[in-house]
Amino acid sequence: MPSYVIFEKCDGCKGQDKTACMYICPNDLMVLDKERMKAYNRDPQMCWECMCCVKICPQQAMDVRGYADFIPMGASATPLRGSEDIMWTIKFRDGSIKRFKFPTRTTPEGSADPLGGFGTHDDLNSPALATEPGSLGLTAVPTPN
Amino acid sequence: MANWETVVVNTDLLICGGGFATCGAATEASYWAKKKGLKVTLVDKGALDRSGAVAMGLSAINQYVGVKDGENTVEDYVRYVRQDLMGISREDLVYNIARHVDSTVHLFEKWGLKIWKDEQGKYVHEGRWQLMINGESYKIIIAEAAKNAIAAAGGEIFERVFIVEPLMDGNKCVGAVGFSTRENQFYVFKAKAVIIGMGGAVHVFRPRSVGEGFGRSWYPPFNSGSSAYFTIKAGAEMTCQEVRFIPVRFKDGYGPVGAWFLLFKSRAISAGGGDYMVTRKDTLQKYAPYGLVKPIPANLRNYLGMLDTDEGLGPLYMETDEAIKNIAEQYKDDTKAFKKKMKELESEAWEDFLDMTISQAILWAGQNVKPEEKHSEITACEPYFIGSHSGASGAWVSGPEDLPTPYKWGYVNMTTVEGLFAAGDGSGASSHKFSSGSHAEGRIAGKSAIKYIVEKGKEPNVDMAEVEKLKAKILLPLDLWEKHSKETTDPEINTNYILPRQFLHRLQKLMDEYAGGVVSAFKTSKALLERGLELMVFLKEDAEKMAARDQHELMRVWENNQRVMQAEAHIRSIHFREETRWPGYYFRADKPNMDDANWRCFVNCQWDRMTGEWKMMKKDIWNMPGV
Ligand SMILES: Cc1cc2nc3c(=O)[nH]c(=O)nc-3n(C[C@H](O)[C@H](O)[C@H](O)COP(=O)(O)OP(=O)(O)OC[C@H]3O[C@@H](n4cnc5c(N)ncnc54)[C@H](O)[C@@H]3O)c2cc1C
Ligand code: SF4
Ligand code: SF4
Repeated sequence: MPSYVIFEKCDGCKGQDKTACMYICPNDLMVLDKERMKAYNRDPQMCWECMCCVKICPQQAMDVRGYADFIPMGASATPLRGSEDIMWTIKFRDGSIKRFKFPTRTTPEGSADPLGGFGTHDDLNSPALATEPGSLGLTAVPTPN
Repeated sequence: MANWETVVVNTDLLICGGGFATCGAATEASYWAKKKGLKVTLVDKGALDRSGAVAMGLSAINQYVGVKDGENTVEDYVRYVRQDLMGISREDLVYNIARHVDSTVHLFEKWGLKIWKDEQGKYVHEGRWQLMINGESYKIIIAEAAKNAIAAAGGEIFERVFIVEPLMDGNKCVGAVGFSTRENQFYVFKAKAVIIGMGGAVHVFRPRSVGEGFGRSWYPPFNSGSSAYFTIKAGAEMTCQEVRFIPVRFKDGYGPVGAWFLLFKSRAISAGGGDYMVTRKDTLQKYAPYGLVKPIPANLRNYLGMLDTDEGLGPLYMETDEAIKNIAEQYKDDTKAFKKKMKELESEAWEDFLDMTISQAILWAGQNVKPEEKHSEITACEPYFIGSHSGASGAWVSGPEDLPTPYKWGYVNMTTVEGLFAAGDGSGASSHKFSSGSHAEGRIAGKSAIKYIVEKGKEPNVDMAEVEKLKAKILLPLDLWEKHSKETTDPEINTNYILPRQFLHRLQKLMDEYAGGVVSAFKTSKALLERGLELMVFLKEDAEKMAARDQHELMRVWENNQRVMQAEAHIRSIHFREETRWPGYYFRADKPNMDDANWRCFVNCQWDRMTGEWKMMKKDIWNMPGV
């Protein structure tokens, strides 16, 4: 059952039009059962175990149970994603635990400036892209000798 | 016909896909579009934040040349790709991407991607071309810049719209049609130019796991050959359709091996034969000059391991324990430093999985793997089509205007169809672009497409009668379900239709058994391929009988049709190329040797829009002078 939803914890994103898990799944797998107000994975066989749904769920109602085809039971990798880092808890089959924390970005969410603060030009005919050569760190775009 | 609303969207530039190449295209094109008062529209089947191959993130940037610090030259990269693809690469395109890729990476860093730095403030390399990153949010960051760029230029983004077919006016592409996977809406995008970057193709071949683990492919199961289908259907010339990619990865979870090989200097061995790269060194002579220069091409490394497996010497293992012991050796006099180093290594090794192949982390935890104690199994995955990685399949595109390349017919990255551009997995014969190079190539295509619109753009002439026919054809699977699903007590089994999953299994069985998938140990032959083509005729006829219950299944139907197009181009190209140039990716058992005299050339193909016939062609290789 690759990604799954914990019955108790899912609140159907409070009956909004678009639940977070439906919004994000790159394979269009998550759906909301409007009667129970619970989400579910409609096609676990097509799940990539990418955990995009797990990371975004506001209720932490989602997790992944490794593919039955080859993953021995009892293990899990649980993310907790903030605005600048992600914490992982890895539980082994033998009960041991490892924890890791990794940075995810160095700038505030939403702030990416497409031109990166580099100088630009307006020559549509040159091979230089908008921010080049500045963004290359060179004085000109390389050309073959 | 299903009663769906038709939504018409008019734009100047249409960008199909929201992945690395197309985020690059959107970022660059928006800058120029704003100056010229043009509109940019981007369409993605997913949500931009997590769509495409980088949904999970990545742990490395695989293409960085380092020109500014004199680490490498652009020419060095051209030599590297030529070598890895056994001589078959579009050196003009590889050069062009390589000269722009560093600026893409510098932009990524400004946008907020954390690239590892050493004490001197220099990027930490995983290998000669690879940089280490903390890349969990890689896609979110790159999508953010694209969204901000589109917003600043007054463009528009459509998420959850699945692109199916091109709209054509003679040999000119004037837009695309698709449908919403959320509402009952059929979309018609009219455009003066179109950029295709809808990724590669997965699930054309049967994956190794076929139960619940069916979705565990190394490349994402949501890239279904939309790029190839679109460009083939538009009548564009395609290249390297025989050059599939089979990565060797940790077994079953398909976790990355790059950090183990490059960063931790680990070896791979077979259980019975030892280090196959050493014991089978002589085999490489047969593949001179490519087999004799380091790094040995990926397909040849695969091949040597496969030879051991064929002889009963498997399984294959990554010697993680040995690698860690070797590192420990360097710290044998300083236990404190050693402990610190081990902690670092452990965290790096796990992050490598967690940033891009989480299943592998769950698998190691499920098997109680301690890499310092015991080696872990590796294996060849199933074949994929990804022109951006170590495969090469894609559209044949025009080379850069300022290079003396013989392949030039207008605007850089334009296919042989007017107004239709391709990048990333969508463009061929320019392998090893990976995430950063795909983005750079997207930027190149973005600027080029705007230049095309400024100089040649005309109001798109779209035949709405043709659109109505396309709408009826695309929605037909819903009608079939509506009409027939109540005829039997089990709607899964019906004589008037076939469901998309059933169809997918049939395609995969055909490809696996006739075109050299996992079950046939990647081997095929002329006769097998011809039998495969015979069976494909039935398959294509039955494709018109696929039924869909809802929008989601309608997408599955069209994904399958896209895969079939990719499959046929592949079979025809391996059939045409009468040699085995990339053993380790596929083996023509009836033509087991490399034949440089006759086949050091591109194999191109083209599907005729009027007759449905395929044309196969050889194209000469052009080497950059002095490189
Ligand atoms: C497991 C894995 C590990 C990798 N490791 C690395 C690495 O360490 N470093 C590195 O640099 N690169 C790595 N890569 C390669 C890199 O991810 C690709 O080269 C790159 O993403 C290709 O870009 P693209 O734009 O062609 O495709 P993608 O990024 O896959 O984008 C395709 C886009 O098209 C959209 N799409 C598809 N079909 C349709 C349709 N019909 N209609 C509308 N939209 C559609 C998708 O939703 C997506 O937005 C890795 C890839 C994988 C899968
Ligand atoms: S995101 Fe979480 S809470 Fe919201 S519907 Fe999905 S599982 Fe339920
Ligand atoms: S793990 Fe990924 S593929 Fe699976 S349901 Fe969640 S988002 Fe979709």
